[in-house]
Amino acid sequence: MTGQSLKRVAIYLVILIMVLNTSLVAASESTGVTEAVLDNGMKILIKQDHRAPVVVAQVWYRIGSSYEPDGITGVSHVLEHMMFKGTKRHGKGEFNRIIAENGGRDNAFTGRDYTAYFQTLEKSRLAISMELESDRMRGMLLDEDEFAKELQVVIEERRLRTEDKAESKVYEKFNEAAFPGHPYGRPVIGWMRDLKKLNVSDLHQWYQRYYSPANAILVVVGDVDPDEVIAMAKKYYGPIKSSKVETPEKFKVAKQTATKRITVKAPANLPYMILGFHVPAVADNPEHDWEPYALELLSAILDGGSAARFADQLIRGQQVATAVSTSYDPFARLAGYFLVDGNPAREADIAQLEKAILEQLKQLKEKPVSHKELQRVKAQVIAANVYERDSVFYQGMKLGLMETTLNDWRLTEDHTNKLRAVTAKQIMTVANKYFLPENMTVAVLDPQPIATEKPTENPVSKEQQNAN
Amino acid sequence: MLTNQRRLKQRLLIAFEFFILILIFPSHASAAPKIEHWVTDNGARVYFIETHALPVVDINMVFNAASAREPADKQGLAMLTSDMLLEGSADLDSKAVAEGFEDRGAEIGTSSLRDMAIVSLRSLSDKEYLEPVLELLAKVIADPKFPEKNLEREKARSLQSLDHSLQQPATVGRRRLYELLYTGHPYANHPSGTHESIQSIRRADLTDFYKQFYVASNMVIALVGDLSLTQAKLLANRLSRSLKKGRPAGILPDVAAIKGGEHRIEFPSTQTHIMTAYLGTKRDDPRYLALKVGNYSLGGGGFQSRLMDEIRDKRGLSYGVYSYFQPMQQTGTFIASLATKNKNLEEALTVSNEVIDKFLITGPTEKELVLAKKNITGGFPLTIDSNKKLVSTLASIGFYSLPVDYLDTYIERVNALDRKTVTEAMQSVLGSENRVTVIVGAGVKQQ
Repeated sequence: MTGQSLKRVAIYLVILIMVLNTSLVAASESTGVTEAVLDNGMKILIKQDHRAPVVVAQVWYRIGSSYEPDGITGVSHVLEHMMFKGTKRHGKGEFNRIIAENGGRDNAFTGRDYTAYFQTLEKSRLAISMELESDRMRGMLLDEDEFAKELQVVIEERRLRTEDKAESKVYEKFNEAAFPGHPYGRPVIGWMRDLKKLNVSDLHQWYQRYYSPANAILVVVGDVDPDEVIAMAKKYYGPIKSSKVETPEKFKVAKQTATKRITVKAPANLPYMILGFHVPAVADNPEHDWEPYALELLSAILDGGSAARFADQLIRGQQVATAVSTSYDPFARLAGYFLVDGNPAREADIAQLEKAILEQLKQLKEKPVSHKELQRVKAQVIAANVYERDSVFYQGMKLGLMETTLNDWRLTEDHTNKLRAVTAKQIMTVANKYFLPENMTVAVLDPQPIATEKPTENPVSKEQQNAN
Repeated sequence: MLTNQRRLKQRLLIAFEFFILILIFPSHASAAPKIEHWVTDNGARVYFIETHALPVVDINMVFNAASAREPADKQGLAMLTSDMLLEGSADLDSKAVAEGFEDRGAEIGTSSLRDMAIVSLRSLSDKEYLEPVLELLAKVIADPKFPEKNLEREKARSLQSLDHSLQQPATVGRRRLYELLYTGHPYANHPSGTHESIQSIRRADLTDFYKQFYVASNMVIALVGDLSLTQAKLLANRLSRSLKKGRPAGILPDVAAIKGGEHRIEFPSTQTHIMTAYLGTKRDDPRYLALKVGNYSLGGGGFQSRLMDEIRDKRGLSYGVYSYFQPMQQTGTFIASLATKNKNLEEALTVSNEVIDKFLITGPTEKELVLAKKNITGGFPLTIDSNKKLVSTLASIGFYSLPVDYLDTYIERVNALDRKTVTEAMQSVLGSENRVTVIVGAGVKQQ
């Protein structure tokens, strides 16, 4: 991490997928999106982008850490790792090798509400991706020895991402405190205690339960012909038998009655804090569906760029923060939170930073945002909607994410319009409704000294170096 | 913009199955887009790709004005100068500058590492948006005020950023590595500075640095997007005319050979980070492609590489292990790195060294070489499939004075490589006793 990256621009998470009428196979000129459903229930979304001879294929499963019971946290992510370890038809390592040989890039990722696999290839090689991906939807071997080794890899991953990153630890503890007994209170990568006792039969069960065509969405974006893609999908995914996948319980967050505060001690140089409020998401708030969009714009008013309030007032004006930002995801499966996190400035402390942040939130409650500010964040929304079309991968991400968490990518088709319709009054309303002391959780990092001494030097002799 | 949103977003969303290695320079060739190249009246070199698929324009102004150009006792000066460009110009203060871009949905950014200091702009191409944004950009780069008060604030923030980055054992190790590889050379400068150097920087240092290096003949403009050639020429002229002509930065001193060694740093982490490094090559070195292809099989090709196979796949020792060449204006680096739990240090270190040493004796097998070439040539279209990727590719071609047909000939040049060429290239760069290893973790000295 360099000084630069601490100050680097946060990319605006906004999306637009435009109007489309529904039917079994539907296409729209305006969006270039075609939708189809196979007989086994697998949904297919295709978006044409003919700028370069490239295609990205992603398979999304409705499964992630928020589906996991206590005791086996992290199982979705470990299973994702094991998905590269071979099927009856394609032995261990063959998946990656075949994609590599074809000049492709492939990887996978796990979140709270989804697990997704993707390949990016030159456009004529799409069938290779479908052949391999459909094979591992049902055909994984899940070998015991491979599992034992891969579990160590995941444990190293946890050390790298969380154990040795003070601020990640604070985030993990924040979630645990803010969401007691709730699936969002658990880390995506799983608790270390659970990882250490995970076994291959846990993975087997998870795999059988959730890796089914009816629980999967194929997203293809790029220089393709939709009819050909559908025919290809029928050939490779069509024959896979579906099993019924139960819908998970819709957890509600237990009503909070007072501010919660926690402190985490870890080796670090800088203090850090996270402050959050429970707020709704689009999926769980149909009767007030403008609220998440108002929160999204509110977030941009505070932290939508260098002209926004946090940069202007907390970093430059009062100089109380070195870095401070907001975070809100309107498209999670379950209601989440509105977060503010930051490091105090050199001459300030955590208490001063918290006070300054709360003062910013108070202003939003008391005074409508100015016309000029609202116009600026809306201009950014419109521009971002154009910029994001520069990445085929990102376009696929958006479609897959919406379809996975909201069960209907069309719900977001007029996201930009929803954002443009938000008023100053609505922003004030959500601020007053959710930014309450009894709805707040605060997690603070108490930095413990890092004692790095001068390194010792042991020049290695020539013999030792060449020994092999 | 001034946020650290990335931290939460990254953590919230995604646990990747393995590291995606971002290649230092994309691979290339067939049906490459046409590059127009010219030099403006006052000496700026321009590289342009016309594409109308999206109503967007991307501009990278690349100055030879990064940390390699700052004095050793003023480390961090180049980055501060780059940051401070947006802190006020002529009659505009920092907020007015930010509003000028953001009111029109434009994205402005500055960055500076060892070779390149970049000012980047992304805007909608519609005249209504692009015109005012360009006017502002020209003004910002032509007349930065570097206000004293803002500088004091940014210095304090730089110190905080530095402390923040030093919370990570990998950063601590990487800084040490550069000091060891480049003793006495400007590449030993830390782009983000040191505590002492940042404190000693004065406003006059910035104005002097700016005057010398932010000049048209020390700049490359990379342009991609929804513009005609005529429009692109007007745009480039406008930007370059806003600067003084000045002089190119000149050639950096040669990098001296180094003595290898192993260096251990104690750090309170659960993992030990191992970084194995050699001096690499210049960006325009004729061996560079052979090295890139060779490194694919050693540690650049993810699961197709020997390091990943031995360290992660066979032994479960590390989540990620990879190696890469970072070529620069002068001799760059080769670095292989991994992180493993403290107790596994010696095993991981032994395996990693054995893999590297063995590879340097025989090079890739024929099978490995074929796979590397197939991946690099077959993946060529992926490396130039967006305006964002194109503009940074152009910036590299321009900054390192690579031929304009670089993309057109890329595939055939990769395909022409044989085992002997690749192996000899790897041996000639890495096959010496100049290996520098830095190890950072808890209890590393006792082991």
